[in-house]
Amino acid sequence: MSTPDATTAGMNAINREWRRFTFEQRFIRFAFYFIAVAALVMSLRHIEFIPEFLYDAPAQVQDFFARMWPMDTAYYGKSVHDALIETLNIATLGTLLSILLAVPVGMLAANNLVPFAPLNYFAKLILVSSRSVNSLVWALLFIAVFGPGALAGTLAIAFRSIGFVGKLFGEALEECQRGPIEALTAVGAPKASVFTKGYWPQVKPAFWSIALFRWDINVRESAVLGLVGAGGIGMAMDTAQNLFRWDQVAVVLLTIFVVVILAELIVTYIRKKVL
Amino acid sequence: MTTLPRNPFPVNWPARFGWLALAAYVVWAAAQLDFTWSRFVSGLDNAQRFLSRMFPPNFSGDKWEMIVKGLTESLEIAIIASAIGIIIALPIGLMSARNLSPVWISWPARLVIALCRSFHPVIVAIIFVKAVGFGAIAGIGALVIASIGFISKLFAEAIEEISLKQVEAVRASGASFFNVLTYGVLPQVFGRFLGFCTYQLDSNLRNSTMVGIVGAGGVGGTLFAAFQRFDYDFVLAILISIISLIFAGEILSNILRAVFLDNKTISGWFGKGTSTTTVAKRGEEE
Repeated sequence: MSTPDATTAGMNAINREWRRFTFEQRFIRFAFYFIAVAALVMSLRHIEFIPEFLYDAPAQVQDFFARMWPMDTAYYGKSVHDALIETLNIATLGTLLSILLAVPVGMLAANNLVPFAPLNYFAKLILVSSRSVNSLVWALLFIAVFGPGALAGTLAIAFRSIGFVGKLFGEALEECQRGPIEALTAVGAPKASVFTKGYWPQVKPAFWSIALFRWDINVRESAVLGLVGAGGIGMAMDTAQNLFRWDQVAVVLLTIFVVVILAELIVTYIRKKVL
Repeated sequence: MTTLPRNPFPVNWPARFGWLALAAYVVWAAAQLDFTWSRFVSGLDNAQRFLSRMFPPNFSGDKWEMIVKGLTESLEIAIIASAIGIIIALPIGLMSARNLSPVWISWPARLVIALCRSFHPVIVAIIFVKAVGFGAIAGIGALVIASIGFISKLFAEAIEEISLKQVEAVRASGASFFNVLTYGVLPQVFGRFLGFCTYQLDSNLRNSTMVGIVGAGGVGGTLFAAFQRFDYDFVLAILISIISLIFAGEILSNILRAVFLDNKTISGWFGKGTSTTTVAKRGEEE
């Protein structure tokens, strides 16, 4: 496609109008804007919307907060504390297991470490599938296999994290400099030594930062796994919610909030200190 | 010749103790969570039965209709939530950027972001289900909150990294505050902002297939019901559909990024483009 204003601009160069993008670039951009707006309008018109539910929303929210206060603080000692420890264990063990599983997959996905394209694509397929299935859905799958409880939750966290850890670790490996690796190969180092002394020191900071970041995310994720029966603090919340004990739900929510903030602070602190 | 100097690869004792402590923790935590080998083995037995009941996936007539209905609703939830979330996240992100806003504006804005980020969308969805009842509206609300938290935080960080020279130049020409924003600030962060938005649309799509588990609309409700009825071949069908939808979404956001960030055009894709390497790479991916 030729730009129609290019010919006219050639004729009277003085009145030439400068544009950042060609006609085609502008056209395709506006096509995208148009699609976005059209999709939004179609969604808004098609979606099921019950206005009656919205009318009493303020009253409902007020009622909700009124029922939350005062909080049933005794509930913390009774069942939240143990569930919280279980949540943290699920998050940590899940992260460790995911690292164990993701490192080989990430290595397979790195093109410079494994120069064999079909294997790279196979590894990438594993990583994408792991990320596409939500942790709650992974939890449902593992509950069907291992029964409800923390085992299903840990495996769900681990399998959900493989995609994230493996993708970032593989990308870090691909960014490694050739120099040290060539030097090691030139002196005849075995494959394992090339990895531990050539690649590993280069990806080590990225590796720890990925692991910490994922742990932080997993603390959040493991807090909801209990809603489908996969152990942790979500179970305590589910129980309280099914009994309409909103004062107990409030305790759980506050606990999750504090733990999530603490986890983020710890991760930032370790990052500053170590990396 | 002198003797060799110190060991080039000395033993790192603190690290060894660290690994030992980690191993001890794993054993302790596994015991706490009641992991046993026999449970694992019996689970593998279950897994076999589970997988055999999953295959072949059940896409038959009315089931397929349910999937399409659920996925359409999920998609609509994701689109509406992303749109509202982006509109709200823009001003909040601007307000919380510390190089543009005074402290008394950036602090409350940062607090809002922290609040939005700290709860998982599913928990927010539960609260919204209580407030506005079952259905898509609750799902939209939950994902709007998640989008605000994510986009504003990254948008604020992007703004904090801009070069102030251009802002100063625009300001020196006597521009108003909004002109400074539109001509000095936004052009510098537009590309990254678009990146966050496409990422968030992707992530809303993933989460919108899940908020249904707590009754907030979308295909998640159908999925959860299928699990509870042990209707595993239908579960597999739903999962395959969700993954394909997310794949399609990822391809679309790749195209979007190519058009807006690398200035790709239609003719660029068919070999006339200037930066052929990225075109070829992208072609391979799809």
